[in-house]
Parts: sequence; C-alpha cells; structure tokens
Amino acid sequence: MNRFSATSKRFGEHIAEWSIRIVASLSILVIFLIFVFVFREAAGLFSGAQRSQAAAEAAASASATPADHEQDVYNPDEETDSAATTSPSNANDQDVYNPDATIEEPAPAAASTATPEEAPQASKSLWEQLTGSIWQPVSEDPKFGLIPLFIGTTKTTIVAIVIGAPLGILAALYTAFFASPRVRNIVKPTIELLAGFPSVVIGFFCLTIVATFLQDVLGTAFRLNALVGGFGLSLAVIPLVYSIAEESLTAVPRSLREASLALGSTEWQTAYRVMLPAAAPGVFAAVLLGVGRAFGETMIALMATGNAAMKTWSVFEPARTFAATIGSEMGEVVWGSEHYGILFLLGSMLFLFSFGLNAVTELYVKSRLIKKFQGK
Amino acid sequence: MAKETSIKARTQTFSFFYGQKQALFDINIDMHENRVTAFIGPSGCGKSTFLRSINRMNDLIESTKHTGLMEVDGVDVYGSDVDVVTLRRRIGMVFQKSTPFPKSIFENITYGLTLTGKKSKSELEEVVESSLRRAALWEEVKDRLHHSALGLSGGQQQRLCIARAVSVNPEILLMDEPCSALDPISTGKVEELITQLKDQYTIVLVTHNMQQAARVSDYTGFFLMGKLIEFDRTRTIFTSPSKKETEDYITGRFG
Repeated sequence: MNRFSATSKRFGEHIAEWSIRIVASLSILVIFLIFVFVFREAAGLFSGAQRSQAAAEAAASASATPADHEQDVYNPDEETDSAATTSPSNANDQDVYNPDATIEEPAPAAASTATPEEAPQASKSLWEQLTGSIWQPVSEDPKFGLIPLFIGTTKTTIVAIVIGAPLGILAALYTAFFASPRVRNIVKPTIELLAGFPSVVIGFFCLTIVATFLQDVLGTAFRLNALVGGFGLSLAVIPLVYSIAEESLTAVPRSLREASLALGSTEWQTAYRVMLPAAAPGVFAAVLLGVGRAFGETMIALMATGNAAMKTWSVFEPARTFAATIGSEMGEVVWGSEHYGILFLLGSMLFLFSFGLNAVTELYVKSRLIKKFQGK
Repeated sequence: MAKETSIKARTQTFSFFYGQKQALFDINIDMHENRVTAFIGPSGCGKSTFLRSINRMNDLIESTKHTGLMEVDGVDVYGSDVDVVTLRRRIGMVFQKSTPFPKSIFENITYGLTLTGKKSKSELEEVVESSLRRAALWEEVKDRLHHSALGLSGGQQQRLCIARAVSVNPEILLMDEPCSALDPISTGKVEELITQLKDQYTIVLVTHNMQQAARVSDYTGFFLMGKLIEFDRTRTIFTSPSKKETEDYITGRFG
C-alpha cells in the first residue's frame, strides 16, 4: 500500500465498468451470431457441388411422393455432400436431421421417371432459378424467381420515400423554424409518437381504410396495390425522417440563421438556402434511414401491398416485398429445404442492403458532404 | 473632429423588455450619418440589446417588447407599415462570432444579392470583387473564391462577414463586438476597415475594448445596467467625462 493505492470506492467502479463492458460485448456477440446464423442458412444453397442434380432429385421425388412432405423437400444428398467438403455448420444440420441413407435410393430412381416437362425446369442452375420471373415456392415445380420480389420491394420503397421524405423534411423545417413554440411542442411529440405506432396497426389502417379510399378516388383494378403499401410504409418512414432531419436542422447554429436574417432574407429563404444546406448531411442520412426502414418493414408490406409477386413496375398493381415474403412464408417452410435456404438468402440480402445503406450514409456524409461544407 | 453630420438614426425614451425583465431604460441617442458610434460598457449592460433593436433582430426572441421610439431616417422601425425584411436589407449587421455560411466564398458574398432575384454572372462577380476589396480580403482569397468559406482563418472569416454585409450596400452597419474573437493583427485590419467604411456607411459599433472605441469611433455611449450613462463625442468621453461612473469605467476602476 502506498499513498496512490486505489480506494475501495474505486474498486466498486471497476466492477461496474467491467460489467458494462461484458454486457456490451455480449450484445455485440449476440447480434453477430444472428448474422452468422442467417448467412449460414443461406449459404447452404450454394455449398452443394451437385446442387442442380440434387434439385432434380428433389423435384422428382416431390412429384413421386407428394405425401411424404418432409423428406422430399429436404435434400439428403446435398447436405451430406457439403458437410463432407465444406462448412462444419452443415454438419450440425446433419445431426439434427440425421438424413437416412435409404432415402437416396428411391430418389434417383424417381428422377428417371420424371416427366420430360419437369426435368429441364428442375435442372436449372441456382442463378437461373433466382433470376427467374416467377415466385412460386410451394408447388410441384417450385420456382424461386426473385425478380418480381425485387421489383415489388423497389417500387413500394420508392413510393414510400417519394411520399415520406418530402413530408418528413418539410415537417421538420416547419417545426424547426416556422412554428411557434406552442405549436412545436404539440406537433413534434405527436409525429414522434407515430414512430412508436405498432406497424400492424398502420397496416390494418391501410388495409381497411386507405385501400378503399384510394380505390374510390383512383379507380384502380386492385384494391391492395403498391401505392397503398407504399403509403402505409411512408407512415412508418415520416416520423423517422422527421425526427432525424429535425434534430440536424435544429443543430445548425442559431448564429447562421441570424446572419442570414440580418442580410434581409425571409424566413423561408433562410430555411431553404442556409439552414437546409447546412443540415444536408443529417437530412441525407435521415432519408437513407427512411429507405432502410421502408425496405425492411414487414407487417405493413404484408398487409397492404396485396402481397402478390407480380413482375410489373406499375404502382397500381399488387407487390410482394422481400420482407413480407419472409414474414409470410417462413412459418410454413420445410426446415432445411431449398425454399428455406432462399428465404434466408432474402434475409441476407435485406441485411446486406441495410448494411450497405448505412455504410453509404457514413462514408458519404462523413467524407464528401462534410468536406464540401468545411473547405477544400 | 469632423463637423456635425445629419442624424441617421435616433431613439427617444427607448426601453426594452425580455419578458418581465427590463433590459434598457429610456435610451436617447442620435446616431450621425457617416460617423462611427461606439457603445461601451460591462457585459450585460444592454449595449448589444440596443444594437439588435435597431434592425429588429430582437424580434426573433420570444416575449420581448419595447416602448419609446426607434427611428431610422425619421421612420419608426417598429411601425406597423415597416417590413422587417426590407428594413434589415438597409441595415447590415456583423456579429461577434463570425458566421460564414457553409458555402463557397463567392456564394457567401452573393447570398444577400440573390435574395432579391437573379443577377447576371458578371454583375455578381463585380460585387464580389468590390465587396472583398472593401473588406481588405480580396488579395487573400481571389484565387479560391469557389472554395468553402469555412476553410478561412478566424480573422478572414470575420472580414468575409463584413464583405457580405456591405455587399448589399446597406445604409447603416451594425457591428456587435466584431473583434472580440480576433487576434491583434486581424483586429487592426478590421479597425482600419471600419475607418474606411464610414465614408459610405453609418456605423454603430459595440465593443468591450475601450481602446478600440477610442481609436475608431467619433461618438461614444457608455451603458451601465441598461441605462445610457453618458453619450458624447469620443474625445470628450475619454478625456473629460462628466459622470463619475464613466470615469471609473474608462480608467479601469471597475468593469
């Protein structure tokens, strides 16, 4: 012990510090493991060397023994192959499933009896399957074309952002600069309250009221379509865009506003020409996060878009999004099947997209915009 | 001392309130055309509040009110027929903290001009050059007009703000402690600038620095606790003040 030894109080702080550190590491680890799980399940699709053959077998056995549901979709050949050659994760699957070698015998036999129409369809490569234009995962001849899902996701997201981003930003401008404090104190919490609204309620609202209203007004052939879904998504996007944009607008120094007003500009000129550009990085980030929210939102998309995988860009026709597809099909999918793998592939794509979006936000905002505004 | 010029702005028993708190008490001042009028006094004495009342910047603060008269060119600036935007276009202001917009140097200067409508490129370029020259900044920035103004040094930023303020040719230039964040060399440049600018503008200057008031101003007012203690020619204030408070303040006995 010397004069500079730690006191017992410091010791308590050490414990607190370490517990916080451990909890934080644990939560990061859990999130990381979730990603690993999602990617691993999706990776099963790509790992089989004789995938196309396996698919043929699966398709064939599906036609041969449709009643034997679990066995025919689950593909023993693929799993054992990959377990032996690639990832240990697949070995786990093997443990759980314990694929029975006897299944392998009837499968090739069934393949030979497959009808000529089915055979070429089933022997398509994975890439060809995924780029197909029909999403029909549950059928005798399942088709996993992601194009209609991609189009559906993109068009509902675009509708949501086209409606949501301007409204969110304008509302933020209004409360940040134009509204009296009394109005601001009412409007701001109200919009932010919308962010905490359960999305199933928004979905239900769109499903019942907005859909009927829009069909009455626009006379569309489909009651539920991408426009209704996009509108519903925009209700989720607006509060998000609003609160982030509002925060970055109010973070712009007051002195800039005063300087602009002192030059004889109106409130609107000040807001539009000085405050909005100064807050541009934050507003840009707000819009990108809004895109991410619209892209990943499940319940609203599931309830209000009509949920039909159609390869059309028309917003007046139904759409089916990635997230809604996972949401509606994951519950019934056969564990370990190709369909199952593809749903996880969709999940991975969703994750990669949001990750990319956040990365773009970070990089673009932190480097280009800030540089642009702060010299050089 | 130059001879008397006409009165550009004046107040009569002007008082100002932040909510219930009275910040200014019955101020009577005449501000002469083409002269520098300086206000000195300790922090919180109301000199900035007074300055910001001239171009109605205090309107931005909630629940403020005033009594008495504030006239520019014989017009009550708080009159119901006065448009505050037009008023502020005629009364430029430079703040204590330099406030360049996050735009290029060029866009900073042209901002005020383009508020009233589109101008031709040559016209804008001309104004940018003349404004920067008047602010003694042209030589330093002429090669990087399209770079961000935030890349300038503190002193350059403040001169940019002065250039921006004079770009719209105001009649009165209000300066709220324009040198308080500057080093002595930049301060010297800005003071030189003030002396040159008074040929074209009526300048009202608030400063903490008594030497600065003595150096650049023609008239000086001493504020204390929201009251105008003394207002006279600068030489009189600094050589033979008539009030004891003024003398105590300028000799450094308090404040």
